[in-house]
Amino acid sequence: MTVGLEHFLVLSAVLFSIGLYGALAKRNVVVILICIEIMLNAVNIALVAFSRYGHILTGQVFAIFIMVVAAAEVAIGLAIIIAIYRSRETVDVEKTDLMKW
Amino acid sequence: MPSSVPLAIFLLPFLSFVIISFVIRPFLNHKAQLSGYITIAAIGTSFALSLWVLAEAMRAPGHVLSMPAYDWLAIGDTVIRFGVTVDSLAAVMLIVVTGISFLVQVYSQGYMHGDPGYSRYFAFMSLFTGSMLGLVLASNLLFLFVFWEGVGLCSYLLIGFWFHRPAAARAATKAFLVTRIGDFGFLVAILLLYSKTGTFDIGQLHELALAGVLGGTTLTWAAIGIFSGAIGKSAQFPLHTWLPDAMEGPTPVSALIHAATMVAAGVYLVARMFPMFASSEQAITTVAVIGGFTAIFAATMGLVMNDIKRVVAYSTISQLGYMMLGLGVVGIGVAKGAVPLEVGLGLGVAVGIFHLFTHAFFKALLFLGAGSVNHATGTFDLREMGGLRKAMPWTFATFLIASISLVGIWPLSGFYSKEGILTQAWDHQRALFVLALLTVFLTAFYIFRVVFLTFGGEYRGKVHAHNGGAHGPSLRESPLVMVAPMVVLAIMAGVAGWLPIGKFLGAEAEGYFHPFSSAIAWISLLVGGFGIFLAYALYGAKWISAELLRQRFAPVHTLFSRKYWFDELYERVFVFKVLLDGVFALFQWFDTHVVDGLVNGIAGGTVASGSAIRRLQTGQLQAYGIAIFFGILVIALCLAVFS
Repeated sequence: MTVGLEHFLVLSAVLFSIGLYGALAKRNVVVILICIEIMLNAVNIALVAFSRYGHILTGQVFAIFIMVVAAAEVAIGLAIIIAIYRSRETVDVEKTDLMKW
Repeated sequence: MPSSVPLAIFLLPFLSFVIISFVIRPFLNHKAQLSGYITIAAIGTSFALSLWVLAEAMRAPGHVLSMPAYDWLAIGDTVIRFGVTVDSLAAVMLIVVTGISFLVQVYSQGYMHGDPGYSRYFAFMSLFTGSMLGLVLASNLLFLFVFWEGVGLCSYLLIGFWFHRPAAARAATKAFLVTRIGDFGFLVAILLLYSKTGTFDIGQLHELALAGVLGGTTLTWAAIGIFSGAIGKSAQFPLHTWLPDAMEGPTPVSALIHAATMVAAGVYLVARMFPMFASSEQAITTVAVIGGFTAIFAATMGLVMNDIKRVVAYSTISQLGYMMLGLGVVGIGVAKGAVPLEVGLGLGVAVGIFHLFTHAFFKALLFLGAGSVNHATGTFDLREMGGLRKAMPWTFATFLIASISLVGIWPLSGFYSKEGILTQAWDHQRALFVLALLTVFLTAFYIFRVVFLTFGGEYRGKVHAHNGGAHGPSLRESPLVMVAPMVVLAIMAGVAGWLPIGKFLGAEAEGYFHPFSSAIAWISLLVGGFGIFLAYALYGAKWISAELLRQRFAPVHTLFSRKYWFDELYERVFVFKVLLDGVFALFQWFDTHVVDGLVNGIAGGTVASGSAIRRLQTGQLQAYGIAIFFGILVIALCLAVFS
C-alpha cells in the first residue's frame, strides 16, 4: 500500500477534529492551548502534504510561518494564563467569564 | 415722463426708512427731529412726483401709461417680471396715499413731540407709506402680495408702537393674525390663478378673464380668495374685529391706516382686479352683499361706543363697506348685462374709488381731530368731554366739516361719492340700496352724536383750562403744526367732490354721474338730515333723554355695545373651543401619542430586544468557539450548495 495524499489529509482532518474537540470541550486553559497547537499542526500536515504532492513550495513556506506564529502564540498564551492564574487562582475557563454581559 | 418716476415714488419712502433706521437712530439719536424732516421730505417729493404722474395720466389716451417691466426671476421657462402699472386708478391712489401721508407726517411732528420712540415712529411710517405705494403700483400679483404683507407688517409695528402697554401689544397681534386669515385666501387664489394660467401679471389675467379663457368655478374661487384678502385688510365682516382695537396705536397712525394705507388696500385690490370680479356673478355678488352688510352692521356698533376713536373706527368699517358695495353693485350690473362691459369696468372702479378718495380726506381729518381733542383733554372718552368748541375753535370747525362730509350733505365731497354708490345700488340691487340708505341715517346719527358730545354743551372732564405747564394736557387749541394739516384736509374734504375724479377713473362712464337729477340724492339728504336732527334732539338740545332711550332699548344697546359678541365668539368659541380644545388638543394628542410614541417605541423596543438577546453573551470562551465553528460550517455549506 502506497501512502498517498488522501492519507495525509485524513490524518490532518482527524488531528484537527481532535484539536477542535479539545479546544471546545476542555476546561483547563493549558489543555485548550495544547489543543489549539494540535489544530495548527494538523493544518501544517495538510499544507506540507499539498506541497509535496503538488510540487509547489508555497505550502512548506506557509508551514514554517505557522510554526513561527504558533511559537509566539504559545509564549503569549502561557504568559496570559499565568497572569490570569495569579489574579484569579484558577485556570478553569468556565470561571473566567468576564466578557459576560 | 421718465420711467423712473413711478419707481422713485415708492422707493423714496423706503430710502427714508433705511436712512432713519441705519443712520439717524444709531448715530444721531439726539437729533430725533431729523427723522421727521427726512420722512416729510421723502413723502413730499413722492407727492410732487405723484402729481406729475397724475398730470401725465390725464393727458395719456385711455389714461394708461405704459411702463417697462424688468425681469426679476427666471426659473426654467417661468419669468417673473417686476413692473409698475400707471393708469387712472393707480394715479388717484398715489395722490391719496402720498397726500394723506404727507399731512399726517406733518401733524405727527406735533402729536409725537417728545416721544422716546420718535425716530422709530417715522421709520415705520416711511416703510408703511412705501409699502402701500408699492402695492398700488405693482403690476404683478406676486409683488402686490409682497407689498400687501409689508403693509400688514407695518400696521402691526405701528399699532403696537407703544408695545409696553399690554393692550397695544394685544391689539397689534390681533390685527396681524386676523388679517393673516384673509391673506391666506389671497395667497391660495394667487397660486390657483398661476396654476391655471401660468402668469402672475394682472393685465394678462384680466385679458384671460374677459376673453372667457379663465372662467367658471376657477375664476369664482380665485376671485373669492382675492376678496378674502380684501376682507381681512379692509376689515369687512366677518374679519372686522381687528380695526376698532387698532385704536391702541398713536392717533396719526389710525388716521393713516383708516384713510390711506392699510384699509384702502383691500378696496384698491378689488378695484384693481375688477374685470376679474365682474366676470363672475357669484364673486361680485359676494362682494356687494358683504359690503352692504358690513356698512350697516358696523354703523350700528358705532352708535353706542363711548370712545371717540372707536366711533370713527366703526365709521371707517362702515364706509369701506360702502366702497365694496359700490364696486359690487356695478359689477352685478355688468355680470347681468345691465351695464355694457366697456362702461361698467370703468364705472365700478369710479364709483368705489371715488368714495375712497373723498373718504380718505374726511376720515383722516376726523382722526386728526380726535387726536387733537385727545391732545387737549388727555382722553378719548366722550363722557369726559363737552364744550370744546370754545377752547378749540379750529378743531371744532374742521371736525364739523369732516362730519358733514361723512354724512354726505351737499355740497361737501361725501355727498357726491355716496350719491354715486346709492344710485348704482338703486339701479342694480334694491335690497342693498335699502341697507345703504339706512346706513346713511345711522352714519348721520353716530357722527353727530360725537360732535354734540365733544364740542357741544359744557365741559364734563377734569382738565382745567390753562393748566399752565407744557407737560400734561390743557384745554387749549393744538399747535399750528397740528392744526395746519387739519385745515388743509378740511378744504379737501369740502371740495374733493367737485374734482372730476369719477370721470377720470371711468373714462367711459361720464353719463352715470348726475347728482340731483334723481330723487335718490334728495332722499339721502333727507335721511341724513333726519339723522343729524335726531342726534341734536338727543345730545344737543336734550329734548329726549338719551339715558331713558338706552334703558328702553337695553337689550339692543347691550347687543351693539358688546359688538354683537363677536370678540367673545372668536375668542371663546374659535380660539379656545375649536382651536385650543379641538384642533390643537388633537395635534397635541398626535404629538404625544404618535410622534413621541414612535420615538419612545423604537427606543423601548431596542432596549427590550437587547435585554433579551444579551443572554446569548455568556462570556464563556468556548461557547463563542462553538458559534464560530458552526458559523464557518454554515458558510462552507452555503458555498458548496450555491456556488
